[in-house]
Amino acid sequence: MIDEGVLPGPPLAFELADVHYSYQDVPALEGLSLRIPPGQRIALLGANGSGKSTLLRLLDALCFPDRGEVLAFGEALSEERLRDDDFAYAFRRRVGLVFQNPDVQLFSPTVFDELAFGPLQLGWGSEEVRRRVDATLAEFSIEGLRHRAPHRLSGGEKKRVALASVLITEPQILLLDEPTASLDPHSQSEVVRLLNGFRGGGRTVVTATHHLDVVPEIADYCFVLQGGHLAAEGRPAEILANEGLLRSSQLLHSHWHVHADGLAHAHYHLHHTGGVDEGGAH
Amino acid sequence: MRGGHRHGRGDFIERLLRGLLGAIEHAADAERLSAGPGLLQRMDPRIKILGLLSLIVTAVFVKSLLALGALFAVALGLALWSNVSLARLGGQVWLGVLLFTGVLAAPAPFLVPGEVLARLPLLNWTITWQGLRSAAFLIGRAETAATFALLVILTTPWPHVLKALRSLGVPVVVIAILGMTHRYIFLLLSSAVQMFEAHRSRLMGPLKGSDRRRLTAASAVVLLDKALRLSSEVHLAMVARGYRGEVHLVDDFRTRISDWIALAGFLTIAAAAAGVQ
Repeated sequence: MIDEGVLPGPPLAFELADVHYSYQDVPALEGLSLRIPPGQRIALLGANGSGKSTLLRLLDALCFPDRGEVLAFGEALSEERLRDDDFAYAFRRRVGLVFQNPDVQLFSPTVFDELAFGPLQLGWGSEEVRRRVDATLAEFSIEGLRHRAPHRLSGGEKKRVALASVLITEPQILLLDEPTASLDPHSQSEVVRLLNGFRGGGRTVVTATHHLDVVPEIADYCFVLQGGHLAAEGRPAEILANEGLLRSSQLLHSHWHVHADGLAHAHYHLHHTGGVDEGGAH
Repeated sequence: MRGGHRHGRGDFIERLLRGLLGAIEHAADAERLSAGPGLLQRMDPRIKILGLLSLIVTAVFVKSLLALGALFAVALGLALWSNVSLARLGGQVWLGVLLFTGVLAAPAPFLVPGEVLARLPLLNWTITWQGLRSAAFLIGRAETAATFALLVILTTPWPHVLKALRSLGVPVVVIAILGMTHRYIFLLLSSAVQMFEAHRSRLMGPLKGSDRRRLTAASAVVLLDKALRLSSEVHLAMVARGYRGEVHLVDDFRTRISDWIALAGFLTIAAAAAGVQ
């Protein structure tokens, strides 16, 4: 097993200070500074192209800032630091990223191999890997997919397998890129249930999304990104009540509304007059 | 007329799609074969690679056509005991190798000096016994070596091939490149299928020859770029889960007595073939 003592455990899970990042000449993040305490469930809100996915990759040390600094557990993340095997293993053991496109994440010949991949890379023994894979397959109710090829699964099944393949190593910090994107409503609620309920929760979860309806269920705190800048931060209730902010961040459309219970979303419903309408105030 | 149009456009894109899907199916079939029962499938991959590599090297340097023929027969026997059909070997190896090396070997019977066997009518070119022998050596060596190499691939799951190569001392960077290349090929194929399906769904009329060429060229560029990006993403997803270039498997390789016997058999055959003058 890998020694996790390489990383100390300071109060902040992540800290970004004046982070700039560009794809060739196109800026993705410009002067971003934010702090993520451990144990928090964070939502990164923003329209497509606002820099959410780039931020997640920086947090997972898959790319590094052009300028500024990203700290994980108080340690600066850099290419040099990640070249150190002990640090890299300890970091990967603590931080897991679920990519937006499950086809990117599912590269093994069978679902069993997919789930076993992470634990094997982290040096777990074969028996331990088998035991964990069996337990995780059961927890995600995907035992029946054990011998299936991941690329032949349905969208909802792929998402479950992708989540299971990251959660099997029980990372302290889970980074999720649009976990409910392109899922039907049932699969969406299943994914949210799995995220909140997996082995008691309690981990730091950073979720990039533009689906406002799931935010109250998955986040205690929100950061709103606009064009690579931090536009606002606050509790979900405050952010979701700020219609001007949501509109300027292109997170709202004309069918958006807030229910009496504070749940903000858009959906099809029946008006009192009878006909089917797309949203509107209750 | 309309039917002809449908046929023309179908011919081009349907043919492409059929070819791409065929390649994907073919790969899936090979994966099933490598995980199935068979003589070579049961063997420790390291022993298998070492043993068959010794036969490949012998096939390349052997000095007797008889010994080369014997090695080819060994390859056939191993294929049949490992449930690899001759039709598959014919389609995947023999035909392609014959065409490629045939082109290279074709001038040899006319150019290599020696005992004249026959003369070509009209051209009056001489065919020599030594030239024919050279051509037979070239084709035979290529066919035999390629058959042994394909047997390794068809009877061993790809991650096991990588792990075996790594445990035989192949550097991490080579293993990482091989792994990436393998994934890249499949991503390229599936991207190509999606792209041509999208093309097909939007085509409203027949494509002229020049349009087909333009479409093919443009698609090739876009496809390579897309597949390369996707491949980089897959690599990042692997890195995110702790991948550092090493290959780890749930089942560690175990070398049994039967594996050592098989290796001794391979080496004996190789030595015997190399000894025949």
